[in-house]
Amino acid sequence: MKVGIIDYGAGNLQSVLNAFHALGAEANLITTPAELADLTHLVLPGQGEFGDCSRKLEASGMTQPIKDWITADKPFLGICVGYQLLFEGSEESPTSKGLGIFKGQNVKFTDEAGLKVPHMGWNGVTPQNPNLSMWNGMSDEPYFYYVHSYFPQAEEADVVACVTTYGNQTFHGAVTRGNLIATQFHPEKSQHAGLQLLKNFLAL
Amino acid sequence: MLAKRIIPCLDVTNGRVVKGTNFVDLRDAGDPVECAIAYNEQEADELVFLDITASVDGRDTMVDVVRRTAKHCFIPLTVGGGIRKVEDMREMLLAGADKVGINTAAIINPGLIDEGATAFGSQCIVCAIDAKKEGPGKWGIYTHGGRKPMGIDAVEWAKEVYNRGAGEILLTSMDADGTKDGYDIELTAAVSEAVGIPVIASGGAGNLQHMVDVLEQGKADAVLAASIFHFGQHTVGEAKDYFAERNIPVRPTCK
Repeated sequence: MKVGIIDYGAGNLQSVLNAFHALGAEANLITTPAELADLTHLVLPGQGEFGDCSRKLEASGMTQPIKDWITADKPFLGICVGYQLLFEGSEESPTSKGLGIFKGQNVKFTDEAGLKVPHMGWNGVTPQNPNLSMWNGMSDEPYFYYVHSYFPQAEEADVVACVTTYGNQTFHGAVTRGNLIATQFHPEKSQHAGLQLLKNFLAL
Repeated sequence: MLAKRIIPCLDVTNGRVVKGTNFVDLRDAGDPVECAIAYNEQEADELVFLDITASVDGRDTMVDVVRRTAKHCFIPLTVGGGIRKVEDMREMLLAGADKVGINTAAIINPGLIDEGATAFGSQCIVCAIDAKKEGPGKWGIYTHGGRKPMGIDAVEWAKEVYNRGAGEILLTSMDADGTKDGYDIELTAAVSEAVGIPVIASGGAGNLQHMVDVLEQGKADAVLAASIFHFGQHTVGEAKDYFAERNIPVRPTCK
């Protein structure tokens, strides 16, 4: 098992690296497509603004290699903006493109009295299909750490892995298809539940 | 439902926890990394390290503390104290901190908030505000541990840091801090209602009901506390049970 975490200049990757190391996995940051050759698991993290991340990813030369990796159904994990980038686009930066792996756009939380944005903190997730292996070893409503103002609206209902409710709004907290898992929350910061999810990803 | 967060705070100087703790199973209660791991095991929702060291050498020590803590604690970690420029923020974030706390430096140079938010995202920038009552419904901001008034209204300053892109406000009542008589509920509510970002209440926790009061009446999103946890009066788990019995949403512990 060999995990590669794509370092395209978007966000702090040390936590992701630490979490995989704590699970005993061999994990490294990768910056070039050539490094994908001897990996078994690929992780696309991301923090910050959608357009900025999209431009940096494009500039890294990783866009096509990521698409090829996903098409080959090799184990892939997207986190936060790395999840949002798998969709077609985002309200946050209408001129920027996502990878278009999934149909749908990223939208912002709608204004609600007393609702603070970003949605920041621990929130429960409701798995849509508790039998998926990504939920192995977890409670019926595990809690994960979220920090985000936007989220994707998946158009294909069968890819939605869980939903989370903030205020009166219920959104897609994660998607999955084959050996791909992508989460709006941060498993690397979600203690027991988060490490368990990473462990389940490594088992793919 | 989004959980209310419980955040223990460790004051650190030259690599040691200042007031110490009396956790039962620690070899060395003054070691911040051991204390952080103990709180991680209690399932605290986040941790705050406040570096009260003034020297540059001391900050290198702090970076090492953060680096070692981040290898063992998989909950969000905030580091504050002595952060004066974007490079200081970057150093802490690269060491494994998830957020940085700024206070005096932001008052002297408010543009630091904008710069930090642009460079790392708003979610990384926690603005600490030390407020002291100056009249009915009126609080001023202070630096230097509450000794130096800045002549700025606390609620107005909170709005400004929010508008400049801070992701959270860590609000300490200088009047309540250290009293164990409860948080300043009026101040917390005034700030929380004035901004669209989470407010962490700090200063004055003497028992668990104080935390409930500031979360419910003070409209805080999280509670910060030190001595109530450090000296074994309560565990984080006990606080969560107490909250849950009163219908305050918490992240359930695995037990």
